[in-house]
This record gives sequence, C-alpha cells and structure tokens, in this order.
Amino acid sequence: MSIKPHDQASGGELATPAEPIADPGLPAHTWRPTDVDERLAKRAERQVAGLFALSAVFTILFFVSYFVFKVGDNWDVGAGLGASTVALGSTLGLALLCIGIGIIQWARKLMADHEIVEMRHPARSSDEDREVTIAALGDGLEESGIARRPLIRNSLFGAIGVIALAPIVLLRDLGPTPGQVEDEEEGKGLEHTIWKQGVRVVRDVVGTPIRAADLQIGDLVNAVPDGLFDLEGVDLQAQKAKAPVIVVRMEPDEITPGPGRDDWSVEGIVCYSKICSHVGCPISLYERTTHHVLCPCHQSTFDLADSARVVFGPAARPLPQLPLAVDSEGFLVAQSDFTEPVGPSYWGRGE
Amino acid sequence: MSIDTSRVADSNTTNAATPKKPAKAGAVANWADERLGLGTMMKKNLRKVFPDHWSFMLGEIALWSFVVLLLTGVFLTLFFDPSMAEIDYQGSYDPLRGVEMSRSMASTLDISFDVRGGLLMRQMHHWAAMIFIASMMIHMMRVYFTGAFRKPRELNWVIGCLLLLLGTLEGFTGYSLPDDLLSGTGVRAADGFLKATPVVGSYMSFFLFGGEFPGDSIIPRLYTIHILLIPGLLLGLIAAHMLLLVYHKHTQWPGPGRTEENVVGFPMLPVYAAKAGGFFFIVFGATALMGGLLTINPVWKFGPYDPTKVTAGSQPDWYMGWPDGLLRIIPGWETTLFGEPISWNIMLPILIIPPLMLTILILLPFIEAWITGDKREHHLLERPRNAPTRTAVMVSLMTFYGLAWAAGGNDIIAIKLDLSINQITYFLRGAVFIGPAIAFYITRRWCISLQRHDEGKLLHGYETGIIMRSAEGGYSERHLPISEAQAYTLTARDREVPWTPTATTDENGVAAPGGRLDGIRSKLSTLMYADNVQKPTAAELEEAHHHAEHEHALTAALDGHSADGHQFDGHHAVEGENLRPDDH
Repeated sequence: MSIKPHDQASGGELATPAEPIADPGLPAHTWRPTDVDERLAKRAERQVAGLFALSAVFTILFFVSYFVFKVGDNWDVGAGLGASTVALGSTLGLALLCIGIGIIQWARKLMADHEIVEMRHPARSSDEDREVTIAALGDGLEESGIARRPLIRNSLFGAIGVIALAPIVLLRDLGPTPGQVEDEEEGKGLEHTIWKQGVRVVRDVVGTPIRAADLQIGDLVNAVPDGLFDLEGVDLQAQKAKAPVIVVRMEPDEITPGPGRDDWSVEGIVCYSKICSHVGCPISLYERTTHHVLCPCHQSTFDLADSARVVFGPAARPLPQLPLAVDSEGFLVAQSDFTEPVGPSYWGRGE
Repeated sequence: MSIDTSRVADSNTTNAATPKKPAKAGAVANWADERLGLGTMMKKNLRKVFPDHWSFMLGEIALWSFVVLLLTGVFLTLFFDPSMAEIDYQGSYDPLRGVEMSRSMASTLDISFDVRGGLLMRQMHHWAAMIFIASMMIHMMRVYFTGAFRKPRELNWVIGCLLLLLGTLEGFTGYSLPDDLLSGTGVRAADGFLKATPVVGSYMSFFLFGGEFPGDSIIPRLYTIHILLIPGLLLGLIAAHMLLLVYHKHTQWPGPGRTEENVVGFPMLPVYAAKAGGFFFIVFGATALMGGLLTINPVWKFGPYDPTKVTAGSQPDWYMGWPDGLLRIIPGWETTLFGEPISWNIMLPILIIPPLMLTILILLPFIEAWITGDKREHHLLERPRNAPTRTAVMVSLMTFYGLAWAAGGNDIIAIKLDLSINQITYFLRGAVFIGPAIAFYITRRWCISLQRHDEGKLLHGYETGIIMRSAEGGYSERHLPISEAQAYTLTARDREVPWTPTATTDENGVAAPGGRLDGIRSKLSTLMYADNVQKPTAAELEEAHHHAEHEHALTAALDGHSADGHQFDGHHAVEGENLRPDDH
C-alpha cells in the first residue's frame, strides 16, 4: 500500500518517508479440519441437520404449548409471566436459535472459506460521466426555457409556496386554542379550575368533606373539589389534571403566610395545588417535620409552611395556594379559585 | 472461486434466451429476468465481498431487531384498540377487574392476559425496541471510534444519526400507547415541555392534545405516529443506509493484502448471506427468549393513567433517561420576557441540549475533515488509539451522556446507595461539566501511551517475560521481534501532517481571505495531532533492528539452546524441545 501525503497545498512539498515495511500480501489460505477430513465434514453436516431437526421439534412444542396452556387463569405462574408466555417464549426462542446456529455452523464449517478480493472504485463519477450529465441537465433546462421565462418560474415557485401552507392550515382543527376553551364559570382553560368560592374540599377517591377537626397536626390529605366526580370523560380528566390539592395541618405559628395570604389558612391547615409547577407531576411525598413536599418525578422540593417556596430542584415557582375557609357546617371550603394558573409555566401565563 | 455465469444473465441479450431443456427453477428465473432484468442487476452483487469482523455485526443487530419490531408490531395492532374511551375493565387480570380505564389500557391488558402469545409478542416488541436503540448507539460508536465515518461515508453517518433520533421518538410514542400510570406521567411531562416553548407553547399543547391536557386524542394520535409515520421514515432511511453501504463497499481493517484500493472478505453468496441470515434467526430467537422469560413494562402493576396519581421512581425508558436527568439537575432558572416566562429549567435540558447534542453528532465528520484538511477517501479503519483526539472527543461526549443518564436515576441511586438525593444532584451539577473534561484528558493520554507501546513492539520487539542477567549483574527483559504481518499491520496507517494554511499573505503582502479562520484551523489541526506517535520511517526501523542485533549478539550463546525463551513465548511450538540440559 502506498501512503500518499495529504491532498493539500503544503502536502506536495513533503517527501513521503520510505514505508518501513512492505505489504507482505494476503496470507496463504489454510484449510480447515472439515476441508481435509471427510469424516469431520460429515460430522458437521450431521450437526447442522440435527440443529434444524431440533428446531422443528421446538416448533411443535410451541404449538403444543399454545393449545395446552391457558392464558388468564394462571397469569401469576412463572415469575408473574404466566405458564403460556414462558412456554411459548422458550420454545419459539429455541426453535429460532436452532435455525440460526445451524445456518452459521453450516457457513463456518462447510461453505468455502476462501476470502476473495474485490477492487474499490472512487465514489465519484468519472469526468466523462459528469460532462455528459451536466450537458444533459443543461439541455433539459434549456429546452424547458426556465431561465428564459422567469415569469413562469417565479409564478410556479409562488404557487408552490402558497400551496405548501395548505397542510398547515388543514392542521388547524387539531384542537382549539387556549383562548377558545377559556371559561371561568365552567373552570375551563389554563387559568381556571372548578374551584370557586364555597366549593368544599373533599377527600380524593371517596369524596367526603373534611372538617378542620378531622386533621391532626402533620396530616396530609389528598383532596379534590366537591363535584369533581360528577364530571365525566374529557372534562373529568382535565379537572383531575389541574384541580387536585394537598391539604396539610401544622402548628399555626409554624406558618409564614405570604403577602396578602394571612387569612388563607384555617387553624394551621393550608392547601396547595398538587400539580408540580415544573412539568406537572402530581406531588405528595411529604416530610412532616420540615413541611417539605417532594415531587417524585424531578425532585423539586417545596416548603409548605412558607407559601410552598421552592427549596430544592428544578421548579422555578411555588405551588399555587388555594385560600381556605370554613363553611357554616364546619367543612373546609375554598375562598376562590387559585389566584394563578396551575401546573407548568407557559407563554401567556403573565406575571 | 470464479463466478459460474453459465446460468446467470445469459438471457439479457438482444435475443431471447433459448435454453435447450429449461429446468423448472431455470424457467422461473428466465420468466423473472425477461421482465426484471435480474441477471444484470445481480451479476455483481451475488458475489459482492463483505469483510469479516465481529464489530461489523453491531449494525446488523439493529437491522434485525427492526425486522422483529415490524413482525411483532403487526401482531399487536390486530388486538390493540387505541381509544381513550373509558370502560370498566372485566378481563382476566383479577386485581384490576372493575377499574375504570381507557380502552387502550384495557386492550393492552387483554393482549397480556387474554390473547395466547399476546404477552410474549408485547414483551418481544418492547425488548426488540430496547435492542434496536442500544445496538444503533453501539454501532454508531464503532463507526466513530474506527474512523469509518470519513469520506465518502459522511452522509451515511448523518442518516445513522437521524435513525437514532427517529428510533428514540418511535420508542417514546410506543411506550406511551398503553395509557398506564407510568407512561401517562411521561406524556404529562411532555405536555410541560411543549408548554415551555416560548410564544407558541400552549398552542402546541392544545393542538397536540386536541384541547386541554389530557383530552381524548393523544393516544390515537401517538398511535398513528407510531405505526405509520415514523416506521415509514425509518424504513426509507434504513433502505438508503443499506444502499449507500453497498455502493461504498464496507470498510475493512488494515492488514497484509488489505489496502485502501481493495476489499477482502467473503462473498455475499453463500457465506455472507448465510451468516447474516443465520444471525437474523439468532437475534429473533434471543428476543423471543427475552420476551418469554424477562418481564418488561408490566403495565398491570402500574394501573391505568390517572392525572392525580404518580409513583415514586418514575423513569422513562432508558434511552430517554439522559434528558430527564438534565431536567432533574438543572437549577430552577426562569426569566421573563415581555412579562411572560422563559423556562430555562425546561428549555435547556429538553428543547436546547438534546437537539444541540444531535447537531454536534451529525457535524462530527465534517468538523474533523475541516480541521485535518483531509479530502481523501478512507476505506481502511483506524484503531481508536491511533486517533487519540477523536477517541477522546467521543469518550468525553459519552461521559456527559452517562452522567446525565445517571442523573435520570438520582432517586434510585439515593435509595439503593443510602445517599442524599440533594447531594447527588449537587455533585452531578458539577460533574456533567468536569467529568467530560477529565475523560477527554485521560483518554487522549491513554491512547498516546498505547501508541508508544505499539511503537516499542515495532522497534524493539515484544516482551517475552524472560529476565536475563548480564555478567555485570544487571537485569534486562528479553525482547523478540514480532512477525512481519503483525509489523505491517501496525504500520499500515497514515503519517499525520497538521494542516497549514497555504499562505497568509499574497505576493503583494495583502492578507488572504479567511486568514483568521485559517489560523484557528491550523492551531486545531496541530493540537489534534500533538503528541501523537507517528509510525517509524524505514531508517528508524533499520536502526532499531541494528540495535537489536547488537543485543542479540550478547545473547547469541543462548540461541538454539534450552531455555532461550522461545519455549515460553507462546509463539513457538515446544514439542520435542527440552527445557533442561539434563533432559538429554
């Protein structure tokens, strides 16, 4: 092999140092035991055929497993996978592996193993081909007259440019805009939930209202607005994604109320959105002694005694707080909806 | 080994072939050739040469696992119902019976528990996806570390990078389909990512979800993307990847008789076709065993998605782990522009750094070619040690990737190793910057010391492990020369010449255009090759061998005698040789 200096201006001046060792050329071919010993070749042949036969046996076992093992009844057999899955997977896998190993054994032991040499060609086309192509291209463009008639060319580009907008316009009905769904009364849109003045705070899942006296110091309750479970379908899912709250009780003097939030707590009970202000995971890993709540997704940590200030992690803003009050029957209710949008930041949220 | 053309291409002339007594196979071949011209097309390719090396198999794993994905995926579409309509689950899995869930979750449970072979196919599909992405990544590293991305293969490198991106998106859209609690949490985070896009974020979210999150459109839409859009793009790009591979011919390792001008290996028919075809069955079989014996994504344990719920230890599939890790360790940076929030804490780890990393990856071949000024075609591979800076760049990127990936499991690390999650996070915030720099330095020096070792072997021979004592009492290790083939292989590489600008000023003293950029380029080129060990010249080798002869003269008395060292070096047969003089 000759090594050429770099294809660059300064490279030409460098003399190529003599190559230290000349290419000795391809080593001589060595015969394999199966090439020279017919007995070994026969043995390899039997091995390959045996593997193929074994594969067929496994395939038959696969069919047997399919009909013998029932699914559903015994889903916890075999490490929770079910007898059917384990049997089907093992037999299918072994049947396939036997074919694969058999073919490769055939190739390695019995097929000719002479390496052959092919010459490479540069990826580029030859100069003649290039010339012919450029000439053909020139002829074609010339005959189209695209250069001589710019009006046609430009109007075509214009038309294609305009029609390219069609697919984008067609995608418009993928969904409404945030403004179109905004409805304060119904609690729809990014800025509203179904929380409003007087809506009771009820326990998640069971839907029972909560009295202040039901909570002990250090308790955390996952809660939702009363009426959530009357919703259905998309409306229910949307409210579940933004209305859930966590209600915690601590010593009243441990709370540092935010500006204007002096009357948002009831006897040491505070209520915050459960939806992380980072990317929207529901939060509820609570450490009662520190009043910290941790998001399990990205570990943003909020101090619930201090307006859910971010104390650690990637979240940039505190959890929205729900102002609490007590209704005539002594149950916890909301004073209003959240005073800021719940969940992740977005352009249009405003400050 | 010549091609037997007696049965090939004999009908592709102006006159129709008139075989005397066509065999049945011959008749079929003739029928097809008269319509498709197969003879001409296959004339060259049937015996096309493919070089052999274990590392060339990595891309093949990706290809075959993609085929497994197509096969198992088609099966799954027959039973999967991508609908978000809520139903009451009444299938075979007792713990969830009576639970409200979407039809997509319920049909996933039906596939798992009520369709025979359904769980096997689901798990094979998921395992094959893991293998697909992992093997693409490892294949990419092989291509990079051996310099196989150099001209003329840069475009195939770009296609490969796009395949990796599409494979990742395909994985995400796929594992989101069952609408279980884990994947739903991932979709919810994706909604947060969309919303973090400046100006249009909330619109993008509303258009994708068909209104407010979660809506009832996202699963059907992801399904269309997962089974139609991305697979179509993947198929097209894989076809282009393969066609370019055939056109360029495969790279090969240097060695005796293996040059830049030729390709040495086995012909496609029969050996390579058999090995590659057999390997398909092995990948398929291994995936089937994994699908049958190793649980993956047990959605029945997570339960259906409920936006009010989440589990601790929520991780995406591993290939989405590194952006998630960056998302965990970034401080809560948010600024405002025109009174609206700019969420750097989401944009940097998700919307900026991953696309930036992909861009860097795509540009690597072009950056290297620009720095080296090398415009030649390269078909011989380079050992990673012989390109220390290149190797160090990739190890540095891998270190960044690995640390970001570890950050994606910071909660798991904290639990398993009893560490503070806060301290892990603080540590990783620094480590993602310092780690890659340290890795770069260590890798580069390591490569150079390996080069020195190679040079030593070439000039002074290999270490026999035999210690000799001279008459003066000094000790030295005996070296013996390596074989000619080994020596040639070690020297079959380029002598590196740093790029230098032609002339910074012309004859009139006017600075040439691009002078400053040339300066940077020249400096980078010098830095890239600095300290690299170049192969010895013929004169240097001659001198070293002369020196060795001198040394041999000192030990000549031992040669041919017992215990002259040959017995233990593993390069010589010891049969019939006596280890001690008194064995005679």
